[in-house]
Amino acid sequence: MSTVTTKPKLKTSAMIASFADPGQKTTPAPFGHALVKAAEADSRIVGLTADLGKYTDMHIFAKAFPERFFQMGMAEQLLFGAAAGMAETGLIPFASTYSVFAARRAYDFLCLDIAEPNLNVNIVGGLPGLTTGYGPSHQATEDMAIFRGMPNLTIVDPCDSVDIEQAVPQLAASDGPTYLRLLRGNVPTVLDEYDYKFELGKAKVLRGGNDVVFVSSGLMTMRALQAADALAKHNVDVAVVHTPTIKPFDSATVLAELNTDRLAVTLENHTVVGGLFETVASAVVTAGLGKRVVPIALPDQFLDAGALPTLHERYGLSVDRIVAKVLAELG
Amino acid sequence: MTLSSVETTPVVAAPKPERVDRIRAAAYRIRDHALTMGEVQGQGYVGQALGAADMLAAVYADQLTYRAEDPHWEGRDRFLLSTGHYAIGHYAALAEAGIVPVAELETYGSDDSRLPMSGMSTYTPGMEISGGSLGHGLTIAVGMALGLRLQGSASRVINFLSDGELDEGSTWEAAMGAHHHQLGNLTALVDINALQADGATDTVLRTEPVTEKWESFGWYTQRVDGNDVGALLAAFDNIAAVAAPVGRPSVILCDTKVGRGVPLLENREKAHFMRIEENEWQICREQLTAGYEGTASA
Repeated sequence: MSTVTTKPKLKTSAMIASFADPGQKTTPAPFGHALVKAAEADSRIVGLTADLGKYTDMHIFAKAFPERFFQMGMAEQLLFGAAAGMAETGLIPFASTYSVFAARRAYDFLCLDIAEPNLNVNIVGGLPGLTTGYGPSHQATEDMAIFRGMPNLTIVDPCDSVDIEQAVPQLAASDGPTYLRLLRGNVPTVLDEYDYKFELGKAKVLRGGNDVVFVSSGLMTMRALQAADALAKHNVDVAVVHTPTIKPFDSATVLAELNTDRLAVTLENHTVVGGLFETVASAVVTAGLGKRVVPIALPDQFLDAGALPTLHERYGLSVDRIVAKVLAELG
Repeated sequence: MTLSSVETTPVVAAPKPERVDRIRAAAYRIRDHALTMGEVQGQGYVGQALGAADMLAAVYADQLTYRAEDPHWEGRDRFLLSTGHYAIGHYAALAEAGIVPVAELETYGSDDSRLPMSGMSTYTPGMEISGGSLGHGLTIAVGMALGLRLQGSASRVINFLSDGELDEGSTWEAAMGAHHHQLGNLTALVDINALQADGATDTVLRTEPVTEKWESFGWYTQRVDGNDVGALLAAFDNIAAVAAPVGRPSVILCDTKVGRGVPLLENREKAHFMRIEENEWQICREQLTAGYEGTASA
């Protein structure tokens, strides 16, 4: 039975290339350009992809360094096995595919061929969390949960183009394997407005606030900052702590911020199971803090297909939903 | 001449008898080492080690460039053991190569040993990768071959895999990748012992026709008796002559016999994990030596 709607429905395709808000400042393909820059400085850097070069901004690198780019075809097990083999010969591979394929399809190869020998292979996963409207086949809502159990693996969930540009050379320089939750295409540029530098393994306090403390990663730091501005209009003073490195986790910085009377909220573009919230929760419990933490995260379910703004609103990641949740918590 | 399958027909001159004898002697010692290790555990993958000993001897005593005193020397050829449980055979070959001391072999599979039951690169000098999760070796080998070529190295990559690993889709991903990237510096050795964990290969998952499969994936394909040292050496010579120079990856499909060289084990019911009684080890050694010296009564 059909219902009459007054406004046109948003389309899935409208948000494929970017989750930026209309009119928002963006930077094109920050990962691809950062990788080119890093590769100019270090001849050991090579790039690989599994038929997703254009969709992970790896094509920028491929154009700049055709002889150092390797197309492995739609074969993710080969992609990561070969990346391990290249690292064994002294190269520093960046291997890209979608997060769903890296985490679900090629896990055994990442685990045994890359992480166990602790090789400097940098896994680049596109469409992390809910950044596509294509449904569960493309939405890597549990990628961090899958990867957090893998010893040796560093997990980075960048907020914006600033994070990505600064993270890439640090990922190349760090000895062991890394997983980057890639934001691709026209990526919002947010953190240049703050006194901020990405430091692998470190959380940073982006703004202080007396009533609420947000602990966030990935694109949800952008939403956290927007929500903090919106909450100020309700006379709610919100601090924002950005934790782009999920593992190893900077517990010291985060716990220092949580060990107050402020309402504590985690915000992540990931299922509530096994991601930032549980990372923070385990740090809190381990430290013996009797502190309540409110999660803002994707629900533990397979998500709908549709347009990203629709889905972010539906599952609680939109600024409006964040503001409403915080106001409700504060009563 | 085409580059299609040549089966056992050499395209170059047959290897000289002295060379064949030298490799046969190495294979005999590898088998003897394997029995030493098997006796420590009382059971295990002795059958596979005996079956693959001629392949391992051809690789280590004839083909590989390496420095025993410096197993990680940059200019070495890479030998990758994808089948981790064949480690017993690989350790025997590493002992023959002088990379692992012979005296250390009796620690095989014991606590704190550098020689665990399933081969791992982090434990053992000369082990390039951690095998065991089957179907990984050839994917890593593709990356190594690409990486070595990019850096101007003349080193080769030889990946040892089993016919059971042909069940794994990743093996065929790698087979396509190697052909696509024209990896003439990559050779796969497939031990076709027709045996898997749950039984005979043709009852577990039919992989034949194996030769046609590799050919259709673009590889220079030869199928030989993997317990015939002369045929193995000729196959390697063919690769050097016609496949490697044109950037074609090569595979030697080796039909082998589980327990080869020890009739007691050759004729036993085939088992992936073979139990050998305490009083049988000496019989195994005597049969091995008798067979090698050509004094077997039968």
